[in-house]
Amino acid sequence: MTMTKDDVFGKVQEVLVDALGVDDDEVTGSAKLIADLGAESIDFLDIVFRLEKAFNIKIGQNELFPDNVLSDSTYVVDGKVTDLGMAELRKRLPHADLDQFDTTRNVDDFSDIFTVETIVKFVQGKLQ
Amino acid sequence: MRWIWIDRILELDRASRCVAVKNVSLAEEVLHDHFPATPHYPFTPVMPNTLVIEGMAQTAGILVGHANDFAEKVILAKIAKASFTAAARPGHTIQYTATIDRIDATGASTSGVVDLIDPATGSTQPMGQIELMFSHIDHNRAGLAFPEHNFVFTDLFMDLLRQSGFAPPAHLGAR
Repeated sequence: MTMTKDDVFGKVQEVLVDALGVDDDEVTGSAKLIADLGAESIDFLDIVFRLEKAFNIKIGQNELFPDNVLSDSTYVVDGKVTDLGMAELRKRLPHADLDQFDTTRNVDDFSDIFTVETIVKFVQGKLQ
Repeated sequence: MRWIWIDRILELDRASRCVAVKNVSLAEEVLHDHFPATPHYPFTPVMPNTLVIEGMAQTAGILVGHANDFAEKVILAKIAKASFTAAARPGHTIQYTATIDRIDATGASTSGVVDLIDPATGSTQPMGQIELMFSHIDHNRAGLAFPEHNFVFTDLFMDLLRQSGFAPPAHLGAR
């Protein structure tokens, strides 16, 4: 049976409550993992592990949270993502809404693209 | 002081399960501070749960390290869950059973059961559950540099393996 978006959201919510020790009502679609839910770097690994278990899927390293794009000097110059970098991010992160980020391209703001909705879309893509 | 909070490894199944024990002794100084006598309460020596977590981290850490022949530097990254239902006192044996839920190049997550064995009665009762996450730090450097040699799995751990009847890998324990 295909999971509806609400089903996926419900399970993602459970994963984030367990991984980050937050309350259900904090895990809204627009909540940012780092700024709003207090996630730290190791939590991303934890989230990936828990998503694999919850949805019986396999998630490759750097697939959901690619950290090797912004460390590449061809993609980032003076703290801003280059055109090449944006193209790479769009290719690597089809599940993320990058339009807002594209207006500033500040590397420091990059973590804001990881919202609960981003994870839900990612999981939906993996389940198809 | 030797920061090793397990006494013996009983079982070690590669990338699957590790069982270790720790005998709680009144000779351990930490028990005298946890908890000392007060005007209202008598001396109550109890193994601190933080150190029970450390014991599980060492048990599970050996399991995760052994999976790759101790080539990775395995660092405790997160205590995902720790709950306790009983306290260990001098003369008790704490038994740690760690199992790997998932392991890959970046790290591992483990589940653990803590049991309390009372030699006075021979009984075993559940003491707690501890879920941990470990990072293989050479794959999660975040721009940091670490020494080349494996500073996690020191001679202390290799000696523990050897004394428990398990052969350390040749590159770490041959002597």
